[in-house]
Formats: sequence, C-alpha cells, structure tokens
Amino acid sequence: MVPESYYLGLSATLFSIGVVGVIVRRNPLVMFMSIELMLNAANLALVAFGHRLGSPDGQVLVFFVMAVAAAEVAVGLAIIVTIFRLRRRLSVDDLNLMRW
Amino acid sequence: MLTGSPTLALVVLGLPAASFLALALLRPLRRAGRLAGGVSITAIGAAFGAACLLWLRATSRAPLTSPSTSWAWIPADGEPMATVGVMVDELSMTMAVLVTLVSFLVQLYSLAYLVDEPAPSLGRYYAYHSLFAFSMLGLVLAPSFVQMFVFWELVGLCSYLLIGFWYDRPAAARAAAKAFWITKLGDLGFVAGIVMLWASAGTFDFWTLFGQAAGGTLPTEGLATIMFLIYLGAVGKSAQFPLHIWLPDAMEGPTPVSALIHAATMVTAGVFMVTRAFPLFGLVPDVLVLVAWVGAFTALLAASMACVESDIKRVLAYSTVSQLGYMMAAAGAGAPGEAFAHLVTHGVFKALLFLGAGVVIHLFHTNDVFRMGGLTGLPAVWVPFVLATLALAGIWPLPGFFTKEAILAGVLEGGFVGPFVLLAAGAFLTAFYMFRVVFLAFFAPAHGGHHGHHHVPTLMAAVCWTLAGLTVALGLRTALVGEHHPAPAWLPWLSLALALGGVGLAWSMYRRGVPDPAVVAAALRPLEWMARRRYGLDGLFAAAYRWGLLALASLVGWVDRYVVDGVLNVLSAWTLQGGDRLRRLQTGLAQDYVYGVALGALCLLVLARWAWS
Amino acid sequence: MTGEIVVPVVGLSALLPALVVVGAGGLVLLLDLLPPRASKAHLGTVALAGLVAALLVTVSRWGTDDRAFRDMVLLDNYALFFDVVICYAAALVVMLSMDYVGREGGESGEYYALVLFSTTGMLLLASAGDLIVVFLALELMSLSLYVLAGFFKTRLVSGEASMKYFLLGAFASSFLLYGIAMLYGATGSTNLDRIAGSPAARDGDPLYLVGLALLLVGFGFKISTVPFHMWAPDVYEGAPTSVTALIATGSKAAAFAALIRVLVVALRGLQPDWTALLWSLAVVTMTLGNLAALAQSNLKRMLAYSSIAHVGYMLVGLVAGGASGAGAVLFYLLAYTFTTIGAFGVLALCQRAGEEAVEVSEYAGLARRNPVLAATLALFLLSLIGIPPLAGFVAKFYLFGAAVRGGHVWLAVIAVLNSAVAAYYYLRVLVYMYMREPEAGGAGYVPSFAGGLALAIALIGVVALGVMPAPFADLAQGAVTPLLR
Repeated sequence: MVPESYYLGLSATLFSIGVVGVIVRRNPLVMFMSIELMLNAANLALVAFGHRLGSPDGQVLVFFVMAVAAAEVAVGLAIIVTIFRLRRRLSVDDLNLMRW
Repeated sequence: MLTGSPTLALVVLGLPAASFLALALLRPLRRAGRLAGGVSITAIGAAFGAACLLWLRATSRAPLTSPSTSWAWIPADGEPMATVGVMVDELSMTMAVLVTLVSFLVQLYSLAYLVDEPAPSLGRYYAYHSLFAFSMLGLVLAPSFVQMFVFWELVGLCSYLLIGFWYDRPAAARAAAKAFWITKLGDLGFVAGIVMLWASAGTFDFWTLFGQAAGGTLPTEGLATIMFLIYLGAVGKSAQFPLHIWLPDAMEGPTPVSALIHAATMVTAGVFMVTRAFPLFGLVPDVLVLVAWVGAFTALLAASMACVESDIKRVLAYSTVSQLGYMMAAAGAGAPGEAFAHLVTHGVFKALLFLGAGVVIHLFHTNDVFRMGGLTGLPAVWVPFVLATLALAGIWPLPGFFTKEAILAGVLEGGFVGPFVLLAAGAFLTAFYMFRVVFLAFFAPAHGGHHGHHHVPTLMAAVCWTLAGLTVALGLRTALVGEHHPAPAWLPWLSLALALGGVGLAWSMYRRGVPDPAVVAAALRPLEWMARRRYGLDGLFAAAYRWGLLALASLVGWVDRYVVDGVLNVLSAWTLQGGDRLRRLQTGLAQDYVYGVALGALCLLVLARWAWS
Repeated sequence: MTGEIVVPVVGLSALLPALVVVGAGGLVLLLDLLPPRASKAHLGTVALAGLVAALLVTVSRWGTDDRAFRDMVLLDNYALFFDVVICYAAALVVMLSMDYVGREGGESGEYYALVLFSTTGMLLLASAGDLIVVFLALELMSLSLYVLAGFFKTRLVSGEASMKYFLLGAFASSFLLYGIAMLYGATGSTNLDRIAGSPAARDGDPLYLVGLALLLVGFGFKISTVPFHMWAPDVYEGAPTSVTALIATGSKAAAFAALIRVLVVALRGLQPDWTALLWSLAVVTMTLGNLAALAQSNLKRMLAYSSIAHVGYMLVGLVAGGASGAGAVLFYLLAYTFTTIGAFGVLALCQRAGEEAVEVSEYAGLARRNPVLAATLALFLLSLIGIPPLAGFVAKFYLFGAAVRGGHVWLAVIAVLNSAVAAYYYLRVLVYMYMREPEAGGAGYVPSFAGGLALAIALIGVVALGVMPAPFADLAQGAVTPLLR
C-alpha cells in the first residue's frame, strides 16, 4: 500500500512543474498544457484524499474537473487559433498591444 | 401662522432647488436666457420673503427643545446613520436671510451686468446661481455635520462652475481648478474630522452633540485632533493662511459671482461652521488659540498684500481674506457672536463693494485702478462705493465700526494681546488700502480716452443704492439701539483713530503725493517686493503642487511601471537569459501577470504558514 | 463504502433563476438557426426576456429559503439579492449590446447565448453552498467570458484581451481547484457548512490554511485585488465594451457573493487571521487602483483601475465584518453595478469616425454636442466619486461607517482619503466634457433605443439608491442575515 503522503508529494510536484511551466514558457499552447498539468495535480490530490476518507466526493469532483478541463481546452484552442490567424505567430510576448 | 417653521424652512430650501431643476431640465427655458434669469430671481426673491418671516419668528423664541427637524436618510440598525433636515434657530435664519438677500440682489444685478452674454450661457449662469443658492441654504440650515458636509461640497462645486464660467479664458479655467483643489485640501481634514467625531461620539447631529458637550458626556479623548481637522475645512473654505491663495485668483469669475460667493456668502461658510460648532470648539482651547492666531495673522498678511495690488477686484479679494481673518480671530478668542455679527455686516457691505466695483469695471472695461479715475461727476457710481468703503474701514456710525470694534474687544477680552496688535495694525491698513482704491479709481484725474460710455444701467445703480441704504440702516440701528459690548473706553477711539489715520495717509499719498507713493515703495522695497509676490506663497504652493503632487503621480507611474513590474521582471530574469532583460522591462505581457498571480499565491501561502505557527 | 446509491429527491425550485436563464440561452441558440438570417436583433430581445423572467422569478421567491442537492445549491435571501444584481447587470448589458455589437463586430446568436450562459454561472456562484458548485459555476461563468472578451475576432486587441484573460484565468482557477482539494483533504468535505464545523477548521490545520490561501488566489483573481489585478486593465480595454461592463459588474458581483459566503461561513473561526490579511489587501488594492488610474488617458482603462479601487473599498466592508459590514458590501455592489454599467454604457454608445471613442480627449466638448449624454456620464462619474446624493455616496457612507463601527477608524480614513484622490481622475473627464473646446470629429452619440433605455434605467437606479437608500439597504441587510446565523 502506497502511503497517502506519496500521492500528495507527487501531486505537489506536478503542480509546481505546472506553475513553473506557465511562468517560463512563451508558447501559449505549452503554457496551456502546463495549466492542464496543474489541474491534474489537483485531481490526483482529490483522488488520494477521497481514497483515504472513503467518500466518493473526491472522485466525483475529479470527473467534473475533467469535463471542465475539456471545455477549457476547446475554448483555449479556439482563442489561440483566432490569435494565430491574425498574427501568424504564436508567442505571448507578441501580446503587448495594451500596456500600462 | 402660515405653516410650521420646518415646513417654511423647507420652502426656503425648495424654491431655489425647484428653479435649478426647472432650468437644468427644461432646455428651452434655459436657453431663453433672460427668462431663465426671471425664474431664478423670482424663486430666490420668494425664498428671501420666507426666510425673513422665519427669521422674525426664530429670534422671538429661545430654543429649549431641539430646533432641528430631520428625517432618516441613511438608515441603520438603531439610530439612522445620517439624517437630512432643517435646523431653524437664530443663527441659521440670520444667515439664511443674508444668503437669500444677497443672492436676490446679485441675480438682479447680473441681468444688467451680463447684458452682452448670449442667451444660452446666461441661462447656464442662472442655473448655477439657483444651484448655489440651494446648496448654500442647505449648508446653513444643516442640522448635522453630514448634511453640512454634503452641501459644503456642493457650494464648492458651484464655486468651481461659476469661477470657470468663462471657461474659454485659460486664466478662468485655471483659477477654477486652483480654487477647487486648494479648498479640497481643507475638506480632506474636514471629512476625516467628521468621521472621527462620529466614531467617538456616535452621532453627527449638532443638537445631540451640543447636549453631549454641555453634559460632559462627549468623549474628550482625541477631541482636539478632531476639532483641528474640522477646522481645516474652514481654513480652506474661508481662505485662512496658508490656504488663502485661491481666493484672489477666483476673481476671474464674473464680478457679481465674486460679490455673492467670494465675498458675502460661500467664503464665510467656514466662519459659520466654526460659529455653529462653537460648543464643540469651546471644549478644546488649544485649537481655539490656533484659530485666533491664524485668523489675526491672515488678517494682517492679506491687508498688506492688498496695499500693493492694482487690480480693483483683487484688492477687494485680499480685503475679504483679511476680514475673514478678523472673524476667525474673534471666534478663536471665544467671541463667536461677534464673529458672526461681523460676518453679516461684512456680507452686506462687501457685496456692495464688489457690485460697485462691477459698475466701474463696466464703465472702464478694465480692472486696473491706475487706468480709472475722473468719476467725481457721477455720484451714482461713487457714493455707494464710498459708503461701503467707510463701513469697511470702520468709520462711525457705519456697521463696520461696531462689529470690528466688538471683535477687537472680544479678542482683547479673551487675553489675546498678540492677535489684538495684529488686528489693530490690520485695521489701519484696511482703511489705507481701501481709500487708496477710492482715491485712485474715483477721484484721480480722468485718463484720456478710457471712459467709453458714462451711463450706469438703472438696475445696477438701484441694487447698489439698496445695499448702501441697508448698510447705513444697519449702522444706524446699532448706533441707536444696539447693545454695547463691555470694552475699555479707549477702544472705540483707538479703532476710529486707526481708521482715520489710514484714510488720512491714503489721502495724503494718493491725493497730495506727500509722501510720494513711489518714494514710499522704494523705501519699503523689500516689503513691497515681497507683498507683490504674495510673499512667495503662491509660488510655494505651485511648486509644492508641481513637485509634490505631480512628482507623486509620476513616482507612482514610475513605481507601477518599473518597480512593480521591475520586481517581477527581476524575478523572471532569473529564469531567462541575461540578454533578455532589457526587453523584459516592457510590460503588457501575460507572463508578467502570471508572475503577479504566482507571487501573490506565494505570499498567501507564506502567510498561511505563518498564521499557523 | 456504502453500497447503495441513494437517489436524491431533486427539488429544482432552488435552481429556478439559473434554469430560466440557461433555458433562454438554449432558446437563443435554437432560434439562431432559424430565419431571418440577416438580422439577429430579435435574439437580443429573447435574451432580454429571459433575463427579465429570471428577475421576476427571483423577486417572487424573496424570503424563501430553498436548498437542493444536499445543500449544494442554496437559494436563500443572500443568493436572491445577488441574483437581482446579476440579472440587472446582464439585462442592461444585453440592452447595451443590441446596437453596439451589431455595429462593431457582427451580431450573432452566440453572443447572446454566451452572455446568458455566463449569467447562469454567476447565478449559480451566488447560490453555491459547496466548493464543487463554486468551481463549476466559476468555470461556466469564466469560460463564457473568455470567449466574449475575444468576440471581435478581427481585432487584435480583442484577441489579446481574450488570450490574457483566458491564460491568467485558467491559471488562477487551477490554484482555486488545488485549494479546494486541500480543503477537502483537511476537512473531509466540500460543503461549506460541514467545512466550517470540521475539527481542522477549528484547529487551524496547516493543510486547511494552505487550501484557504489557494482559494483566495482564485477569488482574488476574479474580483481583481492586488496583486491578482494585472489582467484587468488589459482585458477591460481590449474586450468589447459591453462585455467589459459584464466582466466589471456581473462577474465581480458573483465572485464577491461566493467569496463572502466562504469567508463568513467557512472561516468563522479564523476571523482575526483573515481580518489582518484583508485589511492590507484593501489598502493596497484601493491605493494602487486609484493612483494607477490617475495616469490613464484611455477611459476604459481608467475605469478598469477605478474598478480595482472600488474592490478595495468593498474589502473595507469585509474587514469591518458583521451584519453591517457584509450588508454594506452588498449595498455597495448594487450601487457599483448600476453606476459602472452606466459609465461603460455611455462609452459603448459613443463613437468617433466609425471607431469606438475611448480616449479622454475625444470627449472634449461633449457637453456642447450632446448635453444629455454628457450629463448622464457626468452623473455616473459623480456617483463613482461618491458625490451626494447619488448612489456612490450612500454606498461609501455605509461601507466606511461600518468600518468605523467595527473599530477600524484608520482604515476608514485611508479609504476616505483614497476616494478624495480618486475624484481627480473622474473630474478630469468632466473638465474635458464641459470645459474644453470640442475637437473636430470628437466622440458622438450613436442613437440606440435599447441602449438609451438601459442608460435611463441605470441612471434611475443611481439616483434612487442615493435619494432613498432605505428600502435597498434593508434588502441588503436582510440578505446577509441567513449567513450570520
């Protein structure tokens, strides 16, 4: 039996990798993938907690999160494609028309 | 009995409000110009009648119960947090009569004075006037600090609008903004003081507060700070040193506006407030000492600046600042009644001075006293003005003599010898600078080619004569039936001697040329140089504004641009190639915002950890 | 594990307002497929009808305390109050959009459907009694708004706004979700009441505190407190003005609804801890918002910073705490919603040479060209300053009064000073409108019946709230009582 803290450790690591990915990468697609990683880190934590608590709430929430993540993918990709059509380039550094 | 007093007071308040709403909402009426003026004048005239009626009633009874009637405006559990209402007592009704009377006369006068103004802009002018009358009456009748503050801000707004009435003149627009911001500076203190007073006393209502003050239940801890902050509001509005600098510039507005707002009514709101709240100020002697000294200093400072000014309206403006100083000094010395009496008489004759100056300006199309003169043959022009000048200088038996003497007596009685000396010197200068203007503007030899038409519109002359008659009547009434203040016997003679001395010096210098003004100016060069530059105060404020406020704004802009983002950029630079750093100084980049979120999250996490341990 | 699955009794009545709105959204999508193809104006009317119906439903249910899905959705007075605010905001936005969207970037059924879907999310957020619902409703609202922000597909700024909003929003949401996971792990439940009653909440379990901090990140982003505010100016500037109005009012109100519920219900035991935190957040947020607004020349951007500052003021009410503090925040939100929608509405109805007019200089001399519109904008701005007797003044008064009563005199003084500074940038717009010569081809009014009506309603609201605040204040107070039991 793997102890719960291992799951939590993995989850925290995944979350951190996600945060660092969003911060470091310039390509919106990759940033977006990092965000997905953060969501999945949360999912992992939820499942682990649900398992410990013996309640289905955690698992149920995970399904909701997956659905929401799928919707987010659809919207996110649509926005990225729209920008790409106008710009023909894909870097968040180009998105600086509006500032201070 | 027509109706109950509160109802009648509401009528006084409602008439100008109705007139303003009509002018604001009915565009054709507003654009009709003179018709709009008629509406506004009728409303304020009727309000004047109602105010007189109330005044007669209010003076005949002593308020045993609360004279205020209020309705809950902002409710809360338990007592309402804020109320609106009217407070009908002698103080408020005397002030209401003054406000409605001067408003009425000034609006009438404006019909003739602004005869060349296009109709739509004249309509706008009267809409502002109605709004002002409403706001000022609301301030005067206020039964609580909240309502007073609300209308306090509104009169400030009206003053802004009316100073900037000719907004296509850059000087007028600048002066309007200056007046607004300088008074706003004082208002900050005022509002902070009110909030703190509420925090400690739990009410805004004057009557309740006075009850607490009399009964000794008002928490005295921090009261001095609170009253000082509230006094700051009066410093701004009543042009006390060092915030007096906005008033001379406010003369860019039309002359009738200067007469109404910047001489007779709005600027006296500060003195009125101190008088109204005197039961509270009375508990903090330290603040009162400050009020007295600042008032006396302002009186002398402004009087000295008036001596070197050549713009007739600015002379009058400095004179207003100076007289407000007298009132404040009296209030600070513990004689608010004397201060208020001077406020009322000053309101009448200072309005007359401005309106008289308006007539002269109308004739010469200039404000410069050195380009006027040769009016000996036009008594309709100079007689009212000279009467008001005598009143201001304090010549027996005009009202200025009595009220100024009462102030001097009050200050002396309060044990304020220093302020007394300043005020006495100011009295001498007052007579001097006013008669300097009279001799230069009216009786100097005519300058060729400058006096265009020598016709004074009947309406303007009529208004001036009315005010002159009123000035004389007020003086005679006091001389015959007025109560006499217990003052040293030498005081009236000193006061009269100072005034006559000032008149005599002005006569000798500007009629006889002995001593020659130029020689005197040369002898007192440093002083004159400083007075002409307004003792550098305007420059100081301008610099403070430019270097202070603008520096603050740019600092904030800079901080926002470089420090906040810079911190984030430094953080991001760690993860990036060093060569990227310069580019990263630009923001608008999603990445930097991500840093913000991440940084915030980090802070919160640290905090959560810290809160736990 | 319990073996049997208990089929819960589903009472849909607690969902009624949200159901009406989502139904209207579906109807709009359906009607979009049917002729007439050329004009989509009727879809706006359908959307508006749906929102008005939801508003009526909300009003009719006032005073009932409805629960569904094992307390996951609560339709108490608190939720109903926010439902009214949100429905009002959404309805005014739809009215403003009717001509604006068609003029600027092609009207379509999706636009109205998305507005309705995001409104549904907001309504659910206000009723959420469970963190799962908080997350789902927040995402429903946000995903629709991300798309709406980029609705003008051919404009780079719109796309940029959408992209920034999306990336940052998703980033912040994942913090929120992680926080929910932590709270679940610490307390064993996602229900707010049960979380509040758990031992972890009482003892200040580290996992619990970490979860709360992460939750605050998510909410802080949605209501745009410093330092999570940076998206707001860019998104407000780039998004279609009508959408900006919705983001600034509806989504903010909904996020506040959930935040207050979480703070008041789930954090009851930790009051002193989060008071210090909120105190500093409030001061930083309002000060930074106001000072940054001073430097703006773009009106949308200025209003964005100003709305950040207003969030700071609302946090003052949360610091004050208690019924009077929370009630003051609710009242403030109501006043703020009317005023802000109005201000953005005027911008939506002004254009210059076929372009949206957003620079202050374009409004020079507006009073001469269109006195009514100038006076309307002036009133909204005066209300934002807090000039009596308009809504903004009374709302500020309540808020700062609550702070003083709660013993936070210094916070109130800082807030008052802040609002004095804020007067400067609002008044600058007034100076431009009233005291500057009109520029050649400055901003002009684009006639729009629905838009004009929306402005009129907002204006009536602003004046009514200021002149007779008593009934509305009573409603706000009544709305917070179920929370404080």
